Amino acid sequence: MTDQERLLVEPVNEVTVITFRDKKILDEAVIQEVGDALFDLVDKQYKTKLLLNFENVEYLSSAALGKLITLNKRVKEENGELKLCNIISEIYEVFRITKLNRLFEIYDDMEQALRRFKRRES
Amino acid sequence: MDAWHSLKIPSIPEKIHDVEASVAEVLEEHDFSGNAIFAVRLALAEALANAIKHGNRQDPDKQVSVKFRIENSSVTISVRDEGEGFDYNNLPDPTAPDRLELPSGRGVLLMRSYMDQVTYNDKGNEVTIVKGRGVEKCAQ
Repeated sequence: MTDQERLLVEPVNEVTVITFRDKKILDEAVIQEVGDALFDLVDKQYKTKLLLNFENVEYLSSAALGKLITLNKRVKEENGELKLCNIISEIYEVFRITKLNRLFEIYDDMEQALRRFKRRES
Repeated sequence: MDAWHSLKIPSIPEKIHDVEASVAEVLEEHDFSGNAIFAVRLALAEALANAIKHGNRQDPDKQVSVKFRIENSSVTISVRDEGEGFDYNNLPDPTAPDRLELPSGRGVLLMRSYMDQVTYNDKGNEVTIVKGRGVEKCAQ
């Protein structure tokens, strides 16, 4: 497990599970740091199967949504997969209002999400 | 009815948290429901981000003025910047298929969805949001 200030990063087979440490991803500085750490995983560590675990997140701003959208595009460019899980109902409502629940693959829990990643072709 | 509380912050995004946390504290003291506080924090953070980023363009010499007042059943908050305002009636729909993947443009939609009332002054540089104490608005 990699222990970063904003994120807990844990490999589960081929998937990189990322747990947000912050309860609130509202602050511009927090969003920037979270975004930088997420993009580093793709650009520098070449991780392209990402599962974002929102279990600690209680607040999320539209700027944070913007960062997730940009990350999703970046992961797709690498033919990777980005999935989200453990989103509390209040935050899920934010995704629903913005219709981003149609853009992102969102699962109730981590096990369910992990099962939906494509397996590496042998 | 309480008097208006007023504060001013410089146009620095890091100040958003201080304002929404102090307003949330007052709402807790006045027994606002958890859902209402969640909604106000989210809408206020969006209003402040718009004022700082789009209104004052993060000019540290420009300030954002925040006023809020608790009434029996609701809180009213106004956020004013020193910018030129914007045409709040002609914002593109961020949920349209061709805009869904744009990284910005959702703040006003979230404010309108979570608040009971969202109004602007004519110039478009001051937004006033109102939220009831405890009845969660069913978002559209």
